[in-house]
Order: sequence, then C-alpha cells, then structure tokens
Amino acid sequence: MNDIGLGHYLTLAAIIFTIGVVGVFLNRKNIIIILMSIELILLAVNINLVSFSIYLQDLVGQVFTMFILTVAAAEAAVGLAIIVVYYKNKGSIHVEQISSLKG
Amino acid sequence: MQLISYILPEIFLSSVIMILLMIGVFVKKSFRMVNLLTITSLLFAIILVLNQPDETIKIFRDSYIIDKLSVFMKVLTLLFSFFVLVVSKDYIKNTNIDKIEYPIIILASTLGMLLMISSYDLIIFYLGLELQSLCLYILSSFRRDDERSTEAGLKYFVLSALASGLLLYGCSLIYGFTGSTNFEIISSILSESNTGGIFGLVFIMVGLAFKVSAVPFHMWTPDVYEGSPTSVTSFFAMVPKIAALSVFIRFMYVPFINVITQWQTIIVFLSIASMILGAVAAIGQNNIKRLLAYSSIGHMGYALAGIATGTNEGIQSTIIYLTIYLVMNLGIFGCIFMMKRENVFYENINDLSGLSKNHPLLALGFLVILFSLAGIPPLAGFFAKFYIFMSVIEVQMYTLALIGLITTVVSAFYYLRIIKIIYFDKPKKPFDTNFDFGLKLTLAFSSILILIYFTYPSILIKAVSSISLY
Repeated sequence: MNDIGLGHYLTLAAIIFTIGVVGVFLNRKNIIIILMSIELILLAVNINLVSFSIYLQDLVGQVFTMFILTVAAAEAAVGLAIIVVYYKNKGSIHVEQISSLKG
Repeated sequence: MQLISYILPEIFLSSVIMILLMIGVFVKKSFRMVNLLTITSLLFAIILVLNQPDETIKIFRDSYIIDKLSVFMKVLTLLFSFFVLVVSKDYIKNTNIDKIEYPIIILASTLGMLLMISSYDLIIFYLGLELQSLCLYILSSFRRDDERSTEAGLKYFVLSALASGLLLYGCSLIYGFTGSTNFEIISSILSESNTGGIFGLVFIMVGLAFKVSAVPFHMWTPDVYEGSPTSVTSFFAMVPKIAALSVFIRFMYVPFINVITQWQTIIVFLSIASMILGAVAAIGQNNIKRLLAYSSIGHMGYALAGIATGTNEGIQSTIIYLTIYLVMNLGIFGCIFMMKRENVFYENINDLSGLSKNHPLLALGFLVILFSLAGIPPLAGFFAKFYIFMSVIEVQMYTLALIGLITTVVSAFYYLRIIKIIYFDKPKKPFDTNFDFGLKLTLAFSSILILIYFTYPSILIKAVSSISLY
C-alpha cells in the first residue's frame, strides 16, 4: 500500500473545492445550500493550508487556518442575517425568484 | 513605541469605532452626534496618515508596509469616505437609514481598506479584505424593509463570498508552493516553472478582478448598484475601488513581478473586455445608477490597462486615472443626490428631462461631469485617459490602446444622450432646492476641479511621480 502523502490531501481539498464552486452555480433551489457550498470552499482551503503547513514544517499555515475559521464564522453570521431580512420582505428564499433586479 | 506610531491611523480608527458604538448604545437619539464624530475622525485620520515618515518602512516582521503608494491610497480612501458621508447627509435622513450603525459600518470598512492597502503579507491582506467585505454586505442591504436593497445585499454576499473563497484558495496554493506568506519572499521564490504557484496566481487574480468588477467577473455590479440605497452606491463606486486597485497593483508588482509574462495577457484581456462591455452595455439603460455601474466597469478597464504595461509609468497613470475617476464620480453622485421632488428621490434618466430650464446650474454641473466622464478635452477625464494611453503606447501595446480609443468614442454616446435629455427635452416638474450646504459645496468643488485641472496638471503628477514599486 502507498503511504498517504501531500498529494492525497491536495486532491481531497481540490475535490471539495470543486464541489463547493459547482454547488454555488448549479443549485437552483435554496439559498441555504449556497451558504453551505461557500463553507465547503473555505474548508477545502483549510485542508490545503494545514497539509502544506505539515509538509513545509512551518506553523504559519495553521495560524492562517485559525484566522480563516474565525472569518468564516463571521461571514456565515452576516450571510444568515441578510437571508433573514430578505425572507421577511419576500416570503421565500428560492434562488430562481431572486430576480427583481435585472436589465 | 516607535512601532505603534507607524500604525497610528489604524489604531485611532479602531478605537473611534469602539467608542462610537458605546455612544450609540448608551446615548438616546445620537445619530447626528455619531455622524459628525465619524466625519471629523476621518479628517483627523488623514492628518495622521500624512504625518507618517516619508520613506518605506516595513513593520511586524515585514508583514505591514508604509510607503508612498500606501500613503497616497490611504489619503484617497479616507478623503472619499469623508465626502460620501458629507454628500449623502440629506439622503440618509429622507430614506430613514439614519441609524447610528450606518456611519460606524462605513468607518469599519474604511479601516479594512487601510489594512488591505498596507498589507505585505497574505494573512493581513485576507483579514483586511474580509473586514471590508463584511461591512459592504451589511451596507448594501441597509434598507431592511426594502426588497430591492436586501436582494442587492444577498446577491453581493453570495458572489463576493465565492470570490473570497477563490482568492483564498489561490493564497493557499501560493503559500504551499513558495513556503511563505510574505510578499517579498514569494517574489524571490516564485518563477515560471512553479506551476502550482502560477495556479495560485490565477485564482488570486480572479478574486481581485471580482473586487474591481472587471469583466467577466462584473455580474454583481449593476444589480448591487441599482438595488442599494444611493448613498451606499456612491460609496461602492468610489472607495472600495481605491483599495482593490492598490491591492491589484501591489500584488502584480511585488509578489508576482517575476512571472509578469503569465499575468500580463490576463490583465490585457480583463481590460479589453471591461472597456468593451462598459461601453456597449450601458447604452440601453434607463436607471442612472445602473448606467453608472456599467460606466464604472468601463473605467476600471482603462485603469487596468495602465497596470498591464508592467512599468512604473503605467502604475502612475493608473493612480492618476483613479484619482480623476473618483472626483468625477463624486460629482455625478452629488448631482444624483439633488434629483428629488418633495423629499422623494428619483433615479431614472427620464426624470432629468428639461432640467436646464428649471435648474440651469445643476444642468451645467451634469454637463461638465458627463463630458469629463466621456473624456472630452480640456476636462480632467480627457487627461486621465491621455496618460493611460501614453503609457500603453510606450510599451508598444497598440491593440490595447486602439480598442481603448474606440470604446471611448462608443461610450461617449450614452453620456451625450443624458446631456441631450437634460438640454433638449421637455421640462418636467422642478426638483427641490433645499439642499444641505455640504452637498452643494462638494458638487461645486468637484466640478470646478474637473474644469480647471488642465491649468495645473503638474500638482497631481508631482504627487504621483514619486510612487514606484521597483
């Protein structure tokens, strides 16, 4: 059996990242799913940074990950708040119906 | 102690934010006071920035830089946040967004921009960027009871968070393949053969192009500009562009300067695509905020053309372009804030019809600013484009210059259309005239600046000419 090395971790992160990006664009139903996809993207970045940090024997990557976790939490909070006010105005959070601005 | 004096503006702004939050919570009906304190503290922060030593200083283990570029851009950021607050005073009162959070959030996002401008390390850059963007999400959905405003906030949130994610993935690749987050170390290690690093570069460029709203990452701009309250739109059109462009310059010219052949073609593409879309898509618009969104996409295309040259003259022409663009946008938004009848604000171009009969002075202001946006000599907008084309031609990028010239002519059409509506269409009911003194003064200031720029262009050129990144 092969050992699990840096390449495996990077591939995993790349796959999760792609799932996140595709999730944002292909999802036509609920905006909460978009929020989850964005969270997936950030987690893929964290996996990347931590595995690089171990590989390079350098702590900066893990410090960066801590900051990203904090910011991701703040971002989710702001995002959910915006979704709540939008829901109050419109009564629905279907992605397809978010289209009063266009031209 | 010495170290703290270098980041005094940032420390000052963050303590002001905390104090103002306390005042806002404990003092009843304190909007006027908070607004006034925000405006004065922005002015005071400009003085603190100008007080910084006149040399390049790197602090906190080289993760934070104070140099000519950062000082100039910080002064612009603070100055135009100040102007946005002054100009929109009437508007926020009339649309019921005069809550204490409004000036405080603007202050917080300005602080984030200052961090971005001075960052010399991927971590600091990311934190500044997120501080700025989180505040902008809130600002664009600030009219909580308005469907369009919340929709604008939602769209901006989703797309901007996606762009931040892409940018962050790029940062992680750059970190992994160069082993450092510091810009200078990255620049010494990154080379053409470092494929992972080049991948990271592309991801970072996507994120940055989103922030300056360059085509093909522009799709949020028209919706967000139209949906947000006009005061927030004026903020969006001016201040975040300064930070995004200066970060763009810093990224391309410090960490990625050795792979210039890789990014030059990408920027040329972004620039050409933005110029063309900015010229063509604005033609059919009726909402003036939407039209200005496309116009700002086009203007960012010209600014990127200066970055694409890869020379110091290119950067300087971009900075001059940005400065003049800001003054013109300040003027045009000042005009838009004057489009109100009986305390209701209008934003359709047809509402301007026959403006010259009822308000000759306001019509003249529109005329000067729109001519300048179209780039007609001898107004300031012409010189801005002139410097860009000069620096582009100097490095023999003739196609870029040619397409720029053609799109200038095309985009003149929709600016002139507004002038035609103002001067030759049938007059409608007159607008209100009870404007705040600050708004009148700012509008007069920006139109006079545009008019007389050609008499002393050397002032701006001299201020910019010392900025170099090599």
